[in-house]
Amino acid sequence: MTKTNKIIELEQVVVRFSGDSGDGMQLTGTLFSNLSAILGNEISTFPDYPAEIRAPHGTLDGVSGFQVHLGAQKIMTPGDKADVLVVMNPAALKVNMHEIKPGGVIMYDENTFNTAGFQKAGFETENPFVELGLKDVQLLSVPLTEMTKLSLGGSSFDSKAAVRSKNMFALGLVCWLFNRPIDKAQDFLTKKFSKKPEILRANIKVLVDGYHYGNNIHAAVSTYRIGKSNIEKGRYTSISGNKAVAYGLIAAAQKAGLQLFLGSYPITPASDIMHELAARKDLGVRVIQSEDEIAGISTAIGASFAGNLAVTSTSGPGLALKSEAIGLAVMAELPLVIVDVQRGGPSTGLPTKTEQADLLQALYGRNGESPLVVMAASTPDNCFDYAYMAAKIAIEHVMPVILLTDGFIANGTALWKLPSLNDYPAIEPPRAIVDASEWKPYMRDPEKLNRYWMMPGTEGFMHRIGGLEKHCITGEISTDPMNHQKMVDVRRMKVEKVADFIPPLAIYGNEESETLLVGWGSTYGHLRSVVDELNEAGEKIALAHFNFIMPLPKNTHDVLSHYSKIVVCELNGGQFASYLRSQVSDVTFQQYNKVQGQPFEVEELVTYVSTIL
Amino acid sequence: MSLTSYTQQDFKSDQYVRWCPGCGNFAILNAIYKALVEVGISPAQTAVISGIGCSSRLSYYMNTYGFHTIHGRATAIATGVKVANPSLSVWQFTGDGDCLAIGGNHFIHALRRNIDINIVLHNNEIYGLTKGQYSPTSPKGLVTKSSPFGTIERPFKPAELIFGAGGTFFARTVDVDIPTSVDVMVAAAKHHGTSVVEVLQNCVIFNDGAYKTISTKELRIENTILLKQGEPMLFGKNQEKGLVLDGFNLKTVMIGENGITENDVLIHDATTQDFFLHQRLATMTGPDFPIAMGVIRNVSEPTYDEELVNQIHQVQSNSSIKTFEDLLDSIDSWEI
Repeated sequence: MTKTNKIIELEQVVVRFSGDSGDGMQLTGTLFSNLSAILGNEISTFPDYPAEIRAPHGTLDGVSGFQVHLGAQKIMTPGDKADVLVVMNPAALKVNMHEIKPGGVIMYDENTFNTAGFQKAGFETENPFVELGLKDVQLLSVPLTEMTKLSLGGSSFDSKAAVRSKNMFALGLVCWLFNRPIDKAQDFLTKKFSKKPEILRANIKVLVDGYHYGNNIHAAVSTYRIGKSNIEKGRYTSISGNKAVAYGLIAAAQKAGLQLFLGSYPITPASDIMHELAARKDLGVRVIQSEDEIAGISTAIGASFAGNLAVTSTSGPGLALKSEAIGLAVMAELPLVIVDVQRGGPSTGLPTKTEQADLLQALYGRNGESPLVVMAASTPDNCFDYAYMAAKIAIEHVMPVILLTDGFIANGTALWKLPSLNDYPAIEPPRAIVDASEWKPYMRDPEKLNRYWMMPGTEGFMHRIGGLEKHCITGEISTDPMNHQKMVDVRRMKVEKVADFIPPLAIYGNEESETLLVGWGSTYGHLRSVVDELNEAGEKIALAHFNFIMPLPKNTHDVLSHYSKIVVCELNGGQFASYLRSQVSDVTFQQYNKVQGQPFEVEELVTYVSTIL
Repeated sequence: MSLTSYTQQDFKSDQYVRWCPGCGNFAILNAIYKALVEVGISPAQTAVISGIGCSSRLSYYMNTYGFHTIHGRATAIATGVKVANPSLSVWQFTGDGDCLAIGGNHFIHALRRNIDINIVLHNNEIYGLTKGQYSPTSPKGLVTKSSPFGTIERPFKPAELIFGAGGTFFARTVDVDIPTSVDVMVAAAKHHGTSVVEVLQNCVIFNDGAYKTISTKELRIENTILLKQGEPMLFGKNQEKGLVLDGFNLKTVMIGENGITENDVLIHDATTQDFFLHQRLATMTGPDFPIAMGVIRNVSEPTYDEELVNQIHQVQSNSSIKTFEDLLDSIDSWEI
């Protein structure tokens, strides 16, 4: 006898996988999002993991999560709350009790929901759902551990090793729940475990059994079907922001005809940029894992002096350590890309959580008048474009550029249409336009005001640069008061000139709106979703989102002065708002700020904005 | 192959040299001009990197590519230059404060990696440009502006730091002995890997006379030993004194006394991997021992830049990914 369960058609769905940090939740979530993307869904993912690699088993500290938002429409965020929450133990349930939508499904491993598990998670009773007050949810109890052991019974795995595959049983079940064929997941696993055939066999066996288990049980829960997206046809992959940054830099180096160099010190959540580039020796990328953050940028400055496209990658504490060397790059006027993947601060702060609180550090965190270009990517996939642009500006304007991303878009993934470099602008390193006999190190291009980038090894152009103030043409050491004023001015004007080469600020949303949301960087997806939701509900609201911060787009004042009410929304205490106040003096800015180490939720913003409309 | 196609003039910039009259740095600058001519590299292929301090102004006086950077970071910046373009001859001029205090971390890691750069360490045992504070090499008890009652710190012996960090080349000279300085700088340039030349340098203003026991030719004959590869360790006016091993320690002997002959004296070998004897030699001090000069350690190890380039070539020869487009083709992707 078969029973046909109700199939619910959905435009979009949010699934959250949660378990111990050793339970393989990141892999499970990645596989599920990738195979959904292959089936034609749009995706956005967000891992939420603890700083500890392996916190004590079963405890709240060790809970690691991975949220996937998939759907047929443009999916801009990983979603607020989950339609389906998969929890591998009681601790994961407790940590995620606020992350489930009313009426959502909680799938849990009943074999871990026992007295020991409840105690580790700090439950006082034997009924965690009642204790947490979780009423309006559908429960799907599955003996995940037992079923996984049975699935691998008779294999060479002992039961402890076998239990490690229980994430695949959960994945099989979720695939059943969402009516997705599992053959694509098998393809991914085959690639991932190609060198470990035994583990591959075990994982596939458990995955298949999990899928069939879902089909065979007569679970009284709904299953879902999600429509296909109608996005532009083409070849796609899913990409994280960190990987996209690495790819954007590789693309820029190729386009500029330069060797790519990275000097970097391991730091969460930026290290994946180094990992990606270190693996690209086939493309000649030179990576030094340096002895400290200062050496990371110093080696990069040396490589830039020697003519490479030079990059250093870091997170907030590392940016602080690099400050003096960034000043050297400003003073010496050398191309340099500094990628800051922001995390919760100050100090060590919240290494694995996201925040936008390095903005003022990026803008001003150096001694002296030390201006540079600051820009920010806003989605995992456009990290490629902005890394490319950062490299282009650094090279063509011969100056350091700070590119801000953050843990949210760096580790989160989105669908990315594979680019053709033909669609990207040329990158042309500015070389001296006069003979060596006439050339001086601080001669400038009249349009961009950059000096020319001549590197060691070039016959005839020997010159000296450095951190001391230099004469405005010859580059000789100068302490002349008027020369210093002139050089301070020209370094500032050089940054301002970049505004001639960046796109204008665009407005998204309702054209008649008098209220404007303003954001920058990684909050783009949430803010756009808020604007869509409110406009669809008949309100009038618009969004101005910034990717270029220093300098601001030239039309910034014109655009902002049209609105009677402007709210700057950011994941810090109001840094962009205060910067805007200093740049756009006759406009009043309100603020919406959140500093919890977490991205915005669309609904919190909708609720807030509704109160001010 | 022409090794003498450049003259000292080719390496001199048009800048007025601004050290204090009598500063040891003038002699070091002269020695580097002569050494580079002897090495035969072109000014355009030479990058001179310096940090902060009196010594670090040297980059302005060289008509090469030069980069006067920030305090302590010259070693890391020179590392980046060499990795970006291994064909360059990369020189770093640095002082005991710049290199061993604020830049100590970069210094030991350059040595550990054995990146092929040449570090000339001007050791005057004092901070000069900041006007007279004690440095990491100041002898214990030295009275300076920041140690008015004498320093209570134990000094670094640069050689020990270098050997401990895996250094493959160490030579020592004194500023006034330009011929030896030239010889060891040339040897440093020829060495593959991180070369350190310690130049004992007099600061006439803040630490005058720090090396007064070796400041003249006559004194050097008595109080130093110039080590030469493959030659017996003899010193003194008539080469009448020698060094022998006594257990794990060195001992000074007189040739002809107690039956000691020239054959009993140690033969200098800078190329032994084990640095036991190099360390014994490099840490000798008067009055019981001569101060060791010349190339004390010069061993062959793979350099970081060679290893990196080799690895790149190896990976490239085994990879079908030659361009960014190939990279895109290689990743999981699907048609929508």
